[in-house]
Amino acid sequence: MSAVPGIAFGVAVASAAGLAVVFWTGGDTRLEGVLLAAALGGLGVGIIAMAKLWLRDELDTEDRGLLASTEDDRLEARVLVEAGNEPLKGRRRALQLMVAALGALGAALVFPVRSLGPRPAGGLRSTPFRSGGRVVTADGLPVKADAIPIGGELTVFPEGHTLAADAPAVLVRVEARLLNLPDERQAWTVDGLVAYSKICTHAGCPVGLFEAESGLLLCPCHQSTFDVLNGAEPTFGPAARKLPQLPIAVDGEGFVIATGDYSEPVGPGFWDRT
Amino acid sequence: MTSRLVGWVDDRLGTARFTRRVLNKVFPDHWSFMLGEVAVYCFIVLVVTGTFLSFFYEASPQTTVYSGSYDPLTGVEVSRAYASALNLSFDVRAGLFIRQMHHWAAVVFVAVLSLHAARVFFTGAFRRPRELNWVIGASLLLLALVNGFTGYSLLDDQLSGTGLRIGYSVVLSVPVVGTWLVSLLLGGEFPGPDLLSRLFVLHIMIVPALITGAVMAHFVILIRQKHTQFPGPGRTETNVVGLRLWPTYAAKAVGLFFLTAAVLAALAGLVQINPIWLFGPYRVADVSAAAQPDWYMGWLEGAQRLMPPFEIHLFGYEIPNPFFPGVLLPAVTFLLLFAWPWIEARVSGDNTEHHLLDLPSDQPIRTALGVGAIAFYGILFLAGSTDVIAVWAHISVNVLVRILQVAVIVVPVAAALVTKRACRRRRQLRAAAMGPKVPT
Repeated sequence: MSAVPGIAFGVAVASAAGLAVVFWTGGDTRLEGVLLAAALGGLGVGIIAMAKLWLRDELDTEDRGLLASTEDDRLEARVLVEAGNEPLKGRRRALQLMVAALGALGAALVFPVRSLGPRPAGGLRSTPFRSGGRVVTADGLPVKADAIPIGGELTVFPEGHTLAADAPAVLVRVEARLLNLPDERQAWTVDGLVAYSKICTHAGCPVGLFEAESGLLLCPCHQSTFDVLNGAEPTFGPAARKLPQLPIAVDGEGFVIATGDYSEPVGPGFWDRT
Repeated sequence: MTSRLVGWVDDRLGTARFTRRVLNKVFPDHWSFMLGEVAVYCFIVLVVTGTFLSFFYEASPQTTVYSGSYDPLTGVEVSRAYASALNLSFDVRAGLFIRQMHHWAAVVFVAVLSLHAARVFFTGAFRRPRELNWVIGASLLLLALVNGFTGYSLLDDQLSGTGLRIGYSVVLSVPVVGTWLVSLLLGGEFPGPDLLSRLFVLHIMIVPALITGAVMAHFVILIRQKHTQFPGPGRTETNVVGLRLWPTYAAKAVGLFFLTAAVLAALAGLVQINPIWLFGPYRVADVSAAAQPDWYMGWLEGAQRLMPPFEIHLFGYEIPNPFFPGVLLPAVTFLLLFAWPWIEARVSGDNTEHHLLDLPSDQPIRTALGVGAIAFYGILFLAGSTDVIAVWAHISVNVLVRILQVAVIVVPVAAALVTKRACRRRRQLRAAAMGPKVPT
């Protein structure tokens, strides 16, 4: 039993040496872990074993005493503070001005906080999509309308803005006769090809999963589900608003173009969104 | 030689007086009192490993073409932040090991803090005169959560980037000032040019400074008030029975530090955590299924998934859905947590000093409420993984969500009722065993 500390410390020494060698020769994560654990563990086991074997383990009792100060102490303390303040008793005006100065300075010092950034409200209401611009994939390539079969789905951006965080759209083709949109919105589609914002109106995750048989777009973060055939109305999950629709058309060469920006601000809501 | 040095210091600081007093202090010994200690040791490991990492990490969203040792990403355009994390993982000696030790320490830190908080709650150690320390402790839990989230979000990988986007939407949802708050944090619309560098400052400077200060205050108060103890032979409200700090308690404490660090080292070397090279760099239009945050965010994630599609629209203004599970729920949670000592004192009418701990069954109502709360947040944690559970259990995720929406109300109530009954039973049995002299 009393050999335990010696053995434990011995293991620790050997492991530390081994660790040094491992570092020297380039390192290896698993060996680093095992050897450091053995070195630390050896020290820990050794010290605790020493304590249990040889250090005094009798229980002692200590009086708690009183936490609160005595009445005398409290009185003395108050007297001290009040005696110090005494000369200022008649100087109300000066004290009020001091408080006013502190307050004014404090208020002024808040202003640099404004430099931390512009309020993004303007940027929140529009994306780089413009009328007549071609949509492109993440690689910057334009999209031929007839390259998308029924059930096909593609993520598209405005041309030149493939890194814009608010821009991505989901371009899907469904059977045209199944699309159930009001007439003005029907004009935003081409032969079953329809585009909605990919930014979930719940908390902003990309709505990346398309189930073609049911025409549902699913957001993997919190499982909000949107019905593509019915204007991307939410049918399950915490999203309360449909995905904004992007008006699209096909240009003379058969490429998909946007004919305007989204129907409303994309993504999650905020206080003055509407 | 040492006595000369000690004499030199004492001549200038009078340390011997202090040493006499402190080394004699008595600390009660119970295994559950080690939880807070282990949390502090995790924090020490976090600071040491974190300092190493901070020498290599670049908090920059500027892009660069990756050209390090991890071949599958060679030639891919990534942020400098992500590239620096890959560099740490593959091209810095012991870099991956220290990164993993840091991440494991964070995960264990929050777990042990939660267990420690639960121990303090169920034994009533938050009662007068320790209300202030309870508030400091609750703040520490909150700070640990913040630092964990900001920490893993620095790496700009696909998984943590998705989490940041959700966080952004939650901040945006705050009524009236949401867009202002977002500009404070990001400098503009998501992702903003300053997000990573501001998270970095928060993570390595502001929050650790607050944690350090709070831990020191926590300790000073503990030493001033002396630790609580369980009732037992010779133990009263006016004494402390235990081990003297020197030598035995100090030796065991130091030993426990080494053991804690040893466990974290073993985890760091043998159990992979946060393999960011598999997630890929963050791309704003991409996401993958089974996206899970670090464990301690699970209750918030579950709340988002279970929340029905409810929004408030008033006079042209709106309070969007993520506000309720993302802001209101944690605000109420921490408010209740902070206020608990005063709530309990008011309801129980008990305003006396307590230095002897309760056994959980001594306080059926408090224990029942605590178990109910754990059940509530436990169900939220489960709900945070609905897609993972649905695949594993072969059930529809929609059905699972409905089940959990009901369970989150029913199960905590049932758990609380069962617990209250069990506590009362336990007390009766204990009183009967001790004989008629002891009042129940």
